[in-house]
Amino acid sequence: MTEQERIQKQRNERTQDTTSDVSVDATKGDQLKAELDDLLDEIDEVLEENAEEFVRNYVQKGGE
Amino acid sequence: MAIAKVLGIETEYGIAGGPDMDPITASSIIVNAYAQQGRTRINWDFHGETPELDARGLPGLTSFAPVVETHLANTVLTNGARLYVDHAHPEYSSPECRSPLEATLYDVAGEEVMRRAMVVANESLDAAHAITLYKNNSDGKGNSYGTHENYLLSRDVDFSNVIRAMVPHFVSRQVIVGAGKVGAETDHGQDADPAFQLSQRAEFFEEVVGLETTLKRPIINTRDEPHSDAERFRRLHVIIGDANLSQTATFVKLGSTALLLAALEDEGPDLFPSAPRHPVRAVRSYSLDVSLKTVEICEDGKWRSAWDFQDQLWHVASDYALRTGASAVATPDEVAFVLSQWREMLDGVRDDTESVADRVDWVAKWRIVSGIRDRHDLSDHDARLRAIDLQYHDLRPEKSLAQRVGLRSLLQNDEVREAVHNPPATTRAYFRGQCVARFPDQIAAANWDSVVFDVGDGPLQRVPMMDPLRGTAALTKDLFELSSTVGELLEALDR
Repeated sequence: MTEQERIQKQRNERTQDTTSDVSVDATKGDQLKAELDDLLDEIDEVLEENAEEFVRNYVQKGGE
Repeated sequence: MAIAKVLGIETEYGIAGGPDMDPITASSIIVNAYAQQGRTRINWDFHGETPELDARGLPGLTSFAPVVETHLANTVLTNGARLYVDHAHPEYSSPECRSPLEATLYDVAGEEVMRRAMVVANESLDAAHAITLYKNNSDGKGNSYGTHENYLLSRDVDFSNVIRAMVPHFVSRQVIVGAGKVGAETDHGQDADPAFQLSQRAEFFEEVVGLETTLKRPIINTRDEPHSDAERFRRLHVIIGDANLSQTATFVKLGSTALLLAALEDEGPDLFPSAPRHPVRAVRSYSLDVSLKTVEICEDGKWRSAWDFQDQLWHVASDYALRTGASAVATPDEVAFVLSQWREMLDGVRDDTESVADRVDWVAKWRIVSGIRDRHDLSDHDARLRAIDLQYHDLRPEKSLAQRVGLRSLLQNDEVREAVHNPPATTRAYFRGQCVARFPDQIAAANWDSVVFDVGDGPLQRVPMMDPLRGTAALTKDLFELSSTVGELLEALDR
């Protein structure tokens, strides 16, 4: 796919997304909340178990 | 007519672990692991590096030039990038690219290079000493490291106009391209005690204009080191930016900045909004306010929020593109894509953050930080929230949160894999990358503006590349195909 075709394709996908999103607001809100809940479940799963130690041990020297 | 906006990004990665927990050793292991795997241990040629030269002319008495370290691990990749140890971090400097989307591709290829380097390095280390890399800009304890953009400018542009025009953009673009940060880590940041900030880097900036990059960081960096013909070109070295995990954010960061620079070159600084009277205070206070309501007094007596600045700057860029086509930046389609994404992200952060959580890093990060905080009823300072911040930038696929939050991809996986190995076709990076791929054993050294060959007999031979737009595939592909040895290539170049 050329760059122009790809951008066009992404635009088309976006347009379709937007049209299918025009539904009852309440349903959309519920759906967003359910998606966020699933995401937070996943984050609880992969987050470093000992957050305190993980954060404390991350020390960098300045750069640039 | 603005000159082609050749551009690229250099990123210092955060690093943890290693055999003796020393970041310089660990960074060297990363660079050498990748170089040995690719058999491309090319020396860097420091000829032409002038980080002490100041674009304003005389260097200021209070600023000290950065020191160039010449003894650390370093290599040039077949895609034209430089991979090396800078201070105590592994750094990937992308090859010179010809458009914002291409520069985004090579920045993402850099993530892949670092991920592969991490895997190869860890094969020879025991689990307790495994190295982890982070594409971020601070450790949460007051230490910051950079993500720098570079843009080719005409030497004709007066540097005072760069300052006049670009300060508003550099203090305000964080509303759409900030990477987000839990808490604060400098004295003045901690006084404000924010739960969350828009930017990783904002609180580290202390000056408006200067030569420094490690101390007294300036919003406009004056390093005058064009890595090309200094009679014709400037390289604007932008040190005020966050490392983005969102590809769209990287793309809009590069595209918006390139469009504004082209507009400045073609039409001068009068189009641009008046700068804040206190730019350092502005960049910090904007970062501290996720509601985006903070306003700052400007030189013209008006008060502007970061959003107001971005709105005005979008119109500057959009009008410029309409009038001229902005072909110095990209194709018409790509310019339109920069403008549409910039506009959507800007309207989204004000009106409906959910709608841009797939593109704006700080929104994506704040959404999960506040979500976990509320779910477990945590305080704003809980270590788990800081761990989320750090893990957002983690390059390990099994730990990366950026890979889980639903960020939109602009690039196909196969084109990223190609870009790990192959250079951009339309800049001198093509020549550099092809030389490294074809004749690695005969390259004595290389840098941005030359390749030095050791042909065995006689003196070393330097091939200068003082114009970033030469050495392209169009100009040199045939020469490479006709030359089976370095000698033949050098002869062909002489003709």
